[in-house]
Amino acid sequence: MAHLSLKKIEKVYANGFKAVHGVDLEVRDGEFMVFVGPSGCAKSTLLRMIAGLESITGGELHIGSKKVNELAPKQRGIAMVFQNYALYPHMTVYENLAFGLKLAGTPKTEVAQRVRHAAQLLEMEHLLERYPKQLSGGQAQRVAVGRAIVKKPEVFLFDEPLSNLDAKLRASMRVRLTELHRNLRESGQPATVVYVTHDQVEAMTMGERICVLKEGVIQQVDTPTALYDHPANAFVASFIGSPEMNIHEAQLQPQGEGLAVVLGGQVLPLPAAKAQPLRSRSGAVKFGLRPEHVTALPREGSLAVPCSLRFVEHMGSEVFVHFCIGETAMTARVPADQLGELAGKTRGAAHVFHLQLERCHLFDAETGANLLL
Amino acid sequence: MTSSTETLVLNRERGRPWLRYLVLGLVALVMLYPLLWLVGASFKSNGEIFSEIGFWPSRFDFSAYAKGWKTSTEYSFATYFLNSFLITIPRIIVTVISCVLVAYAFARFEFWGKKLLFSVMVGTMMLPLIVLRLPQYLLFRELGWLDSYLPLIVPSAFATDTFFVFMLVQFLRGIPRDMEEAAQIDGCNALQLLWHIIVPLLKPAIISVIVFQFIWTMNDFMGPLIYLASVEKYPVSLALKMSIGATEEVEWANVIAISVVALIPSVTVFFMAQKHFIEGASSSGIKG
Repeated sequence: MAHLSLKKIEKVYANGFKAVHGVDLEVRDGEFMVFVGPSGCAKSTLLRMIAGLESITGGELHIGSKKVNELAPKQRGIAMVFQNYALYPHMTVYENLAFGLKLAGTPKTEVAQRVRHAAQLLEMEHLLERYPKQLSGGQAQRVAVGRAIVKKPEVFLFDEPLSNLDAKLRASMRVRLTELHRNLRESGQPATVVYVTHDQVEAMTMGERICVLKEGVIQQVDTPTALYDHPANAFVASFIGSPEMNIHEAQLQPQGEGLAVVLGGQVLPLPAAKAQPLRSRSGAVKFGLRPEHVTALPREGSLAVPCSLRFVEHMGSEVFVHFCIGETAMTARVPADQLGELAGKTRGAAHVFHLQLERCHLFDAETGANLLL
Repeated sequence: MTSSTETLVLNRERGRPWLRYLVLGLVALVMLYPLLWLVGASFKSNGEIFSEIGFWPSRFDFSAYAKGWKTSTEYSFATYFLNSFLITIPRIIVTVISCVLVAYAFARFEFWGKKLLFSVMVGTMMLPLIVLRLPQYLLFRELGWLDSYLPLIVPSAFATDTFFVFMLVQFLRGIPRDMEEAAQIDGCNALQLLWHIIVPLLKPAIISVIVFQFIWTMNDFMGPLIYLASVEKYPVSLALKMSIGATEEVEWANVIAISVVALIPSVTVFFMAQKHFIEGASSSGIKG
């Protein structure tokens, strides 16, 4: 296994379009790193550059201690799992797994042993004689992962491997892959993984660290909880978390000793801990508050704000309540058993929601940078 | 998907099936009649061929096959069939190799002048072959290849059957690249990629190339006529023409009988390959 280091990595296409803007990133030995971002953020391009399927037009890429910029994919010690699995249709599962090893001239007995081992690990020994067209989506996915495992690569690359599966299978494969990573680590064969996804749930649940990308620029690299609790900017804040964080234009103004935010015509006094670092500031900001920090019932330190109800979405154990403060649309995430009198209310009805302002975020109105970090 | 198939099935169920089969049967009969007549006429005498309209012969006499096979020359049709295969099989081999290589380059590599070269290649498809005959003849005469099979085989080794190249390129363009990228990561170089991945995926298209090239070469008359002088080197197409002698009276049954025999290889090859035509990229390992 090896660490991966990207230094000022750039990608400029022949037509002059710059897809990746000087990315600096260290992926530690044995770490599960997730690249996440909306479509077009160059996360797949970056992965393909690591794999050697796209040329690197600037910067340096190291796998372990080797600089691999100019090396062919096979010399980089990587294995990749594709979104479409990309199994060879004319080969059986066994041959699919063994193909890379055969090309490398691995002795037959070792090939057989490694293929069996991978098949055991992924519980697919009974599939070895089948052809890809005889496999279900989930099975094909496992074969694709197996093909990566047999090679014992330095770095595993996953390119949206679960996006072709249905929701249920995706959830179970997510757990399987995470477990596989843990198992490999415990068995003394730790795997460095770079995993690309556009699904923030996958990113949050699988990644040990997450790299959030937007338009070829890294926005933030951190652990899932750190990203969630301390987003570097408004983009990360809105991208991570479901339902999305409420982020709105607001005005910062002095209020007595401290500061207050004006949102939808309501003056919301900030707690001292939040106001402290912003002492000298006033004017336009972006105010952010996660839906779970808006409650239907009062809590300690929460601020009661009169609102008008728009509609509710029942998710089972919890309810997403959409409402307005003045003209500003907000969402609250309320446990189903704490709905209280909200349950019977109709569209447009007035209701008092409780905002936990000590959990709010404030971002620069121009740059979107988090003002409280 | 399901709903559209259902409507399709419903439409098919509507109307009278017997009427449909009747019409289809009649059209098929009209199309196939000349072939049936050909087979029937191989048993007839000259008089019967020109006086009867029906295809059913008055007697089944296989002597025309025996006579036709022997021919009026010193060689039997066994020689001519062998000659045909001596031209066709090497030609198919070089065609497949050269066309796959060229198509692979056009479909998968970026190189200077690719677009221009491709349009020139497609342009040559529009060129009537007849305009090339004279310069080609002069060229092969200079090379001393006249009265050999080389002028019939060697040009195909340079992917001059542009229709096949075009067909293969189009087929390749329809195959997603993921498998090739996976193979690259597995350690394939460009040629290994071609051999281990592309060729198996191209199999249905390659079989089409083989079938078409087989039929066209077997039926080619002009090429052998121009380049071959010795009767011992004649392929079936020329030998057939030769059996319609200019001087003596023609025994049409013999000619027709041997025409029927000459059809057999092409028809056999076609039916053997038929199931591969329908098999296509649909069986690939990519799910989308």
